[in-house]
Parts: sequence; C-alpha cells; structure tokens
Amino acid sequence: MPPQINRLLILFAILIALFLIVRHFLVPASFGDLGHYRANSLIDNADTLLHPVKYRGVKSCEGCHDSVIALKKIGPHVNIKCETCHGPAFKHIKNPKTDTLLVPKTIPYTRFFCAKCHTKNKARNEKIIKQIDPNEHNVDMACTDCHNPHHPLKDLK
Amino acid sequence: MAIDEKNTTRRTFFKTAGLIAGGFLAGSYMKPFTGALYAAEEPKGKGKWYGIGIDLEKCIGCGNCAKACKAENDVPLEPFFFRSWVEQYTIKNDGTVKVESPNGGIDGFKQSVPDNEIMKSFFVPKMCNHCATSPCEQVCPVGATFRSPEGIVLVDKEYCIGCRYCVQACPYGCRYLHPIKKTVDKCTFCYHRLKNGLNPACMDACPVGARIYGDLRDPNGVMAEFIKTHTCNTLKPHLNTRSKLYYNALSQEVR
Amino acid sequence: MEEHYRGLYEALHKVVGFIYPNEIELNWSILIVLYPYITGLVAGAFILASLERVFNVKALKPTYVLSLLTAFSFMLVATMPLISHLGQPQRFYEIMITPHFSSAMAIFGFVYLWYLMVVLLLEIWFDYRKDFVIWSQEKKGILKYVYKALTLGISDISPKALAMDDKLGYRITVIGIPSAFLLHGYVGFIFGSIKANPWWSTVLMPVIFLFSAMVSGIALVMFVYILVNYLRKTKIDMLCLDTIAKYLFYILIIDFTLECLDQIHRIYEAEESFDILYILVHGKLFFTFFIMQIFLGTLVPLGIIGTFQFYRPKEKIRKIFYAAVGILVLIGIFFMRWNVVIGGQLFSKSFYGLTSFKADFMGQEGIGMAAIWVVVPCLILTFLLWFLPPWKKMHEEDVAEETA
Repeated sequence: MPPQINRLLILFAILIALFLIVRHFLVPASFGDLGHYRANSLIDNADTLLHPVKYRGVKSCEGCHDSVIALKKIGPHVNIKCETCHGPAFKHIKNPKTDTLLVPKTIPYTRFFCAKCHTKNKARNEKIIKQIDPNEHNVDMACTDCHNPHHPLKDLK
Repeated sequence: MAIDEKNTTRRTFFKTAGLIAGGFLAGSYMKPFTGALYAAEEPKGKGKWYGIGIDLEKCIGCGNCAKACKAENDVPLEPFFFRSWVEQYTIKNDGTVKVESPNGGIDGFKQSVPDNEIMKSFFVPKMCNHCATSPCEQVCPVGATFRSPEGIVLVDKEYCIGCRYCVQACPYGCRYLHPIKKTVDKCTFCYHRLKNGLNPACMDACPVGARIYGDLRDPNGVMAEFIKTHTCNTLKPHLNTRSKLYYNALSQEVR
Repeated sequence: MEEHYRGLYEALHKVVGFIYPNEIELNWSILIVLYPYITGLVAGAFILASLERVFNVKALKPTYVLSLLTAFSFMLVATMPLISHLGQPQRFYEIMITPHFSSAMAIFGFVYLWYLMVVLLLEIWFDYRKDFVIWSQEKKGILKYVYKALTLGISDISPKALAMDDKLGYRITVIGIPSAFLLHGYVGFIFGSIKANPWWSTVLMPVIFLFSAMVSGIALVMFVYILVNYLRKTKIDMLCLDTIAKYLFYILIIDFTLECLDQIHRIYEAEESFDILYILVHGKLFFTFFIMQIFLGTLVPLGIIGTFQFYRPKEKIRKIFYAAVGILVLIGIFFMRWNVVIGGQLFSKSFYGLTSFKADFMGQEGIGMAAIWVVVPCLILTFLLWFLPPWKKMHEEDVAEETA
C-alpha cells in the first residue's frame, strides 16, 4: 500500500477511535432506553419539584370554605371550579392568612372580570351562557352589588 | 437417463410448490394494508393513549384555559409565548374571515364586527395536538423532543439545543423558544399533574366543560363517546400528522 | 430582555391579519440565512475545481488551487453561524453523539465532517504534499516544522509517489462531487421537507439550493481570482476568466429556470397557501425578491455575460464587468437565501396574516454577528494564500529537476 494511504488510514483510525471514546462518556444515562430520547426526561417532566402543582382543585378548598361550596352546588355556577375565578391555591393552602387569593370586588375590576364570560358576543351561544351588554347593564354598579358570585341568581334584587 | 429426468421434474415441482405454499403461509401472517387513518387509535399496545376533545359548540371564549395554563406552567406573561390560546373567528356576510387572538384570549374578547355584518362567529381554543406522528418529533436533530408511552409529546429541557427546527415543523404553531431558558417549550399536557392523578390545568379551568381528554384505547371512555356522538375533525388533516385533538363542529374556515 | 420584548411589541403592532401568537418571533434569522449561503459557496467553489480535475476543462487550471483553498476557508467557518444561533450552543456536540436520523439536520454533523476531512482536506493535502516536502526543506524556524508535520512524515517525492498523489487526488475529487451535492442538497432538504410550510415544501428545493450554490461558488472564485491578481499586480489569464464566466452563465440559466419553474408551478396550482404567498411576494418580499434576487442577482448578470458571448469588449472592460457580475451574483444568491428563510417565516401558517422582521445590529442574531462569519473566512483565505501560496507551488518538471 502506498505510504500516503497508510499514514492517512492510521490517522483516521485514531480520530475515529477518539471520537467513539469521547462519545461513550458524553451520551447521557438512560438515552435510548425507550426510544431516541433520554428516558429519564419522563421523570423530569413529571417531577413536581421542578414543576410545582399550582391549581389544587376543589378538594383543597373543602374543609374551610364548605358553605360557599354548598351554595355554589345548587346554582348555575355549579361546574365552575373555585380556582378558575380565584386563581391557583397552592400558596394560599400553606399560608391562608397572608397569601390570599383573587377576590374581585372593586367596580371596574369586577365588571371586567364577570364580563369576560358574560359580555354579549355573537360567538357565544345564548343557551350555554347568559349574556349582557356591559355598556347598558347597570353601568354604575359592581356586579356583586346584585349578584352573589357563587350563586348569581339567588336573592337577586 | 429417463428416470433421472423424471426425478428432476418431480423435485422441481415439489420445490416450486413448496415455495409457493410457504409464501402464502408467510403472507397470511402479514398485516392487511390499512391505508391512511385519520383517527389516531392504536389498536395494539398496552397502557393509556391520550387524546383530547374540544367542543366548539360549547366554548364561550372566556380565555380561562389559556390563563390557567400560563399560571400553572410558569409561561412568560408577555403576549408572544403561549402553550395554549383561544382564537375568535368571525365570518362576515361578504364571505371574508376575520380571526383574532388578543393576548391569546387571556383577557377575553370584544366583538369587533357589528352584529348585522356577521354571518357566523365562534371561538377555537388551540393547544398542542400531541400528534401520533408528529412532524416536530421527526425533525428534532438530537432526540430532545419525543412522544411518551402515553402519547404525550414532551421536550427534554436538559437536552434541547435550541435549534428551533421543531418550531418550524409544527403546522399548528404550538411551540416557541422560552426566552429565559433558551430551550423549546410547549404544552406538556400538564404531565406533572397527569402523573399525579390530576387533570391538566386547562381542562379544569373551563367553566362550560368544552374541553375533555381521555384514553383513546378505552372503548367505553369519554373520548370514544365524544367521537361517536359528535362530528369530529382534526386540524390540517391533509398533512397527516395524526393529530389526537378532536374538535366537534370544526368549521372549514379554521386553520 | 426588555430590549428584546420592545422589538417584539413593535412587530406585534405591525402584524397584518392574523398570525398564531407564537409566530411573532421569527425563529430563524440572519445566521440561518448565512449558513446555507456559506455551505453553498463551499460546494460551488469545489464544483469549479472539479470541472478542471475531473472533467478536464484545462482552461480552468489557473483557478484550481484557488477554488480549493476558497472552499476550505469557508468550510472551516460554515458551522459557526449554526452553532452561534443555537439557544444552547454549548450543547452543539449532541448532534454528533446522538443524531436522530429521521431529522435532516442530524446528518449535518457527519456530512460536514466527511466533506471537510475526507474531501477538502485530503484533496488539498494530496495536491500540496510535494510542496510541503520541499518547503519543509527550504524554510527555517517554526515554519520548517509546521510544513514537516503536514507531510505526515512522508518525504518521498519521486515521480512514482507524485503519480500516486495525482491518482488519489483525482479519486477524491470524483467522490467529492456527489459529496458536494450531498453537503448542499441536504440543506435544501431541510427546508423542502417541512410540510407545515408551503413556501419551503417543494421537491425542487434541494435542486434549487444546489444550483444556486454552484452559481454563488463560481462567482466567488471568479471575484477572488480577479481581486488576488489585482492586489498582486500579476497578469490574469483571460481565457480562464472567460471560461469561468461561461460556466457561470450556463449554470445561472439552469438556476433561473428552476426558480421560474417553482414559481410557475405554484402560481398554476394556486393551492390553499397561494393567496397569502402572493401577498407576501408582492408586498414584504418585493424588494428582496424582484429587485435584489431576480433583477440585480440574475437578469443583469445573465444580460452582461450573455452579451459577451456575442460581442467581446477589450480585456480591461471585461475584467471590470466580470468583477461586477461576481458581486451582483453573490449578493443575489444571498438574497435568494434570505427570501427562502425569512420569507418562509413572514407569513402565518394559518395563511391568514403576515408578521414583520427587523434585523438587529447587535445581539446573538444580529447583523454584526453575521458580518463576523463573512469576514473571518476571508481572513482565513488571506492567511492560506500566504501559508500555501498557489503561485509558489512546484510543477512536476521542476520537482524532477530538484530531486535529480
């Protein structure tokens, strides 16, 4: 074999061997176990320390807020979960007094808040949700002045 | 010599016949050609195979799903990054289509076209379709995005190099580069909640029950029921991504 | 971060129609325009070299080595725009250790290494080996040892060894031609295989990329040849230059035909995406597409060289026009890449709207960064022309005399 090819083959053999050795140390553990990915990523993605659970569900409100839950159960807002309006409860469960949740009460805010669902819109089905025109419906009042947010039709003035 | 010839002919006959018979036997074990399937059921395999159902007749465009998603998953609040968002379609009487998604629908919608010009209007919530043959997974050069055994398409944040090829490949616009982490981010179907027996945040947040999810392999499950009793469609079926997000009442203007 | 968001808020206000919310930020920017541009220059310069070596176009001999060195300089830098654009550039090695073979981008690492190490490096080595031996004997000091190392310990420059060099170099070039096609064809495939994007998704994409690469590479070598001779104040071989221009002309015609075919097909079929693409091309891409790519980058060069096939002005005038054509083509092909990469992200995949793009100067994806990756290969080429001067190479007859 001509010397050029000899030397080149040796050189390339060394380089390829080096590559394979380095590769062995660089490929992460669990790669390829379940497919062309790092199988431990399934654990990472499910890890609640890396991804804390923020919305805790109605069950986490029970025990302290039973009366409200009972009221909501018999009204039109029965299927709306507490955190949908009040925000995620994870901090509140730990420190109920200091980490309070969203309770919209001031006028512009509450009208905006309830209007998000209840504003008249041709795209909204009347059979699914009752709608009003916020520019005409009791313009100077907060929604909660007449409607109990947990049972909007109870004791309507 | 005559005897040899006869033997050769008989031997050849049996050989040929045996080959043909064996071929038929082998062929009978092979799967019949199934053709293109738009429904992404996987009849083989054990374990759950998640699908999603969204009922467009129920959606009221409140944006609570998009809002809950951002809160649960620490998605940056700027209006450029969404794992899930809501669009409003307004088809006017003159046939033109207007589509809007102000801040992904998180702050709700205003009707921007007067009633008398509207022929049809509806909301379309969007999220990752967790496709069964997702083009995003196909193009990842390093194996940082993958499909979990339950059919959820996930991103390995420790491995993603941030090349954004998957963002280009997704036909539905579901992916984005996280501005701080500098890896690709997308809907994980709240995998951290799913694996702990909870529902994804967007499912719980919907006040009218327009979003459901379940095991596509379960013949008695909610997804089978949903698909059976509604006229369901997936987005961009011609691209054959085998999307597992089934919309009820998906109008043809929706992209 | 605030700076970054400000740009995005501006883009938000400039959105026409509707785009998916995540589409506001363009993901592939100038650096990704630059990457296919640079690999295209490499492939094109190499094809010009192979025209002489494999297809025996003797007129191109003066630019043979120059083409190789140009290809090599740009190849060394080719991967840098990609790496510098990554969100996690320190993880770039993952493409090499766990390539996902269903992804066109995954083969990048290996195709790049193959082309760099096996094709370009080896071909240059086989061509320069005898010069390394002679220079290692002539020079003093550190240079002596550098050249010695480059000989890989072989000091045989007998006619038999030189004939072997020639044979092996020839074989490498033959392998190099399909390798060059692969190097740039796969880049076209990266775009052409994205079914989600109708501006990119066409069977013609790899072929168009390839031919525009050849055009840009040839134009680059033509320009460098003129420039180097001007700076060294040496006489240029006009036959060589005319021949390069002729090949540029033919391949540019093919490239233009392919581009026209792509557009005519798109216009004729007028699929779902046609309406928004029409608005895109006649609106946001009007300047870069019609003016820069088509008119200045294709039609004007075709007109000039085409005229020269019939009416030949004086050598001096031809040289100036060729230099101008070289620059025009280089700019035109850059904008072709721009129109593909940026254009493909300016319209929404919902086909309902368009977003906008403003190139930053600074920043990871800024014009400044892109300029670096264009200037550096030019510096490398300058260095190589000093370190491995093509005009100081020994010819076979001289070597025979030296060793006799």
